[in-house]
Amino acid sequence: MTLAFLNLSWQTLADALALGGVYALMAVGIGLVFGILRLVNFAYGQLVMAGAYALAYSSTWGWPSWAGILLCFGVVLALTIAMDRLVFRPLRTQSPAVMLVATFAVAFLLQNIAVLSFGQLGTIASALAPLNQPWIIGGVAVRKIAVVSVVVAAACLALLQLLLTRTSVGLQMRAASMDFRTARILGVRANRVIGAAVLVSGLLAAVVAVMLTVQNPLVTPTFALDDTIVVLAGVVLGGLNRPVPATLGGFSIGFASGLLGGTLPTNQSQYLPTFLFAAVILVLLVRPNGLFARGRAGAVERV
Amino acid sequence: MRRAAELGGPAALVLATALLGLAVTSSLQTYFLDTLVKVAIVVGLYVFIGNSGVLSFGHISFVALGAWTAGVLTVPATEKPAIMPGLAHFLLHAHVGNVASLALAAAAGFVFAFLVGLPLMRLSGLAAGIATFGVLEITNNVLRYYDKIGPGLNAFSSVPQTTGIWQAAIGALVCVALAFAYQRSRFGRMLRATREDPAAASAAGISIYRQRLLAFALSGALAGLAGGLYVHLLPIEIDSLYLDLTFLTLAMLVVGGSGSLLGAVVGALAIGGLDSFLSASENGVDVVGIHLDLPTGTAVIVVGALMAIVLVLRPSGLSGGRELSLPRLRRRAQRPAATEPAA
Repeated sequence: MTLAFLNLSWQTLADALALGGVYALMAVGIGLVFGILRLVNFAYGQLVMAGAYALAYSSTWGWPSWAGILLCFGVVLALTIAMDRLVFRPLRTQSPAVMLVATFAVAFLLQNIAVLSFGQLGTIASALAPLNQPWIIGGVAVRKIAVVSVVVAAACLALLQLLLTRTSVGLQMRAASMDFRTARILGVRANRVIGAAVLVSGLLAAVVAVMLTVQNPLVTPTFALDDTIVVLAGVVLGGLNRPVPATLGGFSIGFASGLLGGTLPTNQSQYLPTFLFAAVILVLLVRPNGLFARGRAGAVERV
Repeated sequence: MRRAAELGGPAALVLATALLGLAVTSSLQTYFLDTLVKVAIVVGLYVFIGNSGVLSFGHISFVALGAWTAGVLTVPATEKPAIMPGLAHFLLHAHVGNVASLALAAAAGFVFAFLVGLPLMRLSGLAAGIATFGVLEITNNVLRYYDKIGPGLNAFSSVPQTTGIWQAAIGALVCVALAFAYQRSRFGRMLRATREDPAAASAAGISIYRQRLLAFALSGALAGLAGGLYVHLLPIEIDSLYLDLTFLTLAMLVVGGSGSLLGAVVGALAIGGLDSFLSASENGVDVVGIHLDLPTGTAVIVVGALMAIVLVLRPSGLSGGRELSLPRLRRRAQRPAATEPAA
């Protein structure tokens, strides 16, 4: 790793930071819903994919970019709410395995609907392409989107922190993710809290859709699928139960993946997933509850 | 009597599928073969997931390794340089017969699962899920790019296509029989005890780690065998042994009911059958005099939607997690307000 740091360019560092920022947002989106519903939403990537298609099509229709972003938010939020009502709500009391497989089914369904309606080849979202141009900061060229991603991610996380710590719904969300039953006994309304968490995770998915589309304008039915898998690994790595460790986990895995991608020699970069997941497995073996989790689990873990 | 039904029910379903497959045209038979191989994979999954209650996303990597093992060892030596240009020297002339290749595929699955399980079976819950997912990612990544041990990104063509209806049926039956023998053995019972109550099982002196490891290795062997069957069925490539197959087989298990062997077989047959029927309908088929010609892509969407609906309406799966047993068939009204099992 020391060697890798030596031939590190500023661009690689900025890209790694940007990827870490985007993954941190996805991690919060997944972690918030998990904290309250104990539901690992595997279909999260398909939400991002739907948002990316909204951007791509609005740019081929010649819409201004603000309208495209608006459409993206609308599509993602509508889909999030539909998913919650149709699938998550009826399954709320089921075991995590059943809920996880249900989100697989939803992911599978959405991906195939995308294949059928938009084709396998993909569409280019060109409206926000200027953000891919480099900025020269102190003689160092850094793509604008890298800076924008980091700033937007930081702003979103700060807003979220305010929401969680300064508002009553945030307090209820935190209480519910600690102990949902006790929270309900104390008067927290289940549907309100879950609705809020799902809504926030949908908003984050829309933000992620915009930033990922700028970084990678070719939108295909498997858009964001690989990212979701990596982020899921990162979230578990950080510690799923609380928002902050989950975010840190998402950021770390994005940052590590960006660094490795930029510094591995070309003949080894195809093995990037191997390095990444080998590291994930190693960390999980040492800290099964997550890298940034506090406290310890019970003597016998319940599955 | 009850035991007879527990093994006989799933076995009879497999046999009936095979016999039905004999009766149809050879183009339709492909669907039956594919479904039978999926039964083998899902039963392999069931041995670990069903008995331990721990999710694994890694089993398709054992299927892939089994397929690679059986494939590399049966491609004729004259064809090897063409489809596997980077193959390591010692594999160039290695060659075994059909049955030996299947046995070696199972052995490869067993050894790989055992080695992977040694560290991983200490985990449980989501950490176990993600770690096994990592195994899938790594296996896929390595098999995809490391062309010294296989065709890499090429399809596995020129493998002798020996998986006919009998080989597929016997393979699936072997998996069903081994799964039955395991769940009836003291090891299977101990693992089921850890699934129901880990604390009580530990207190009774059962090592959760050892029992899970044994089941993981055994289910790895079954998955490896299924991989061997698969590579002898069609020119397989690495992309078809990845996420889609993982989701599909897990969904088959959960839709069927992951708590019982019957559920695993029923789920695989139900989803496999439906998927095959709809795929065939996309090319146009005649069903009892009515000509069906569905638009391309209907199959995947209907199957995806149905999986979600079954999970919402019947979360413990079609079988409800129960085995087929004759006495219970007579007085079924033990569980109140349950909808009728589909099988």
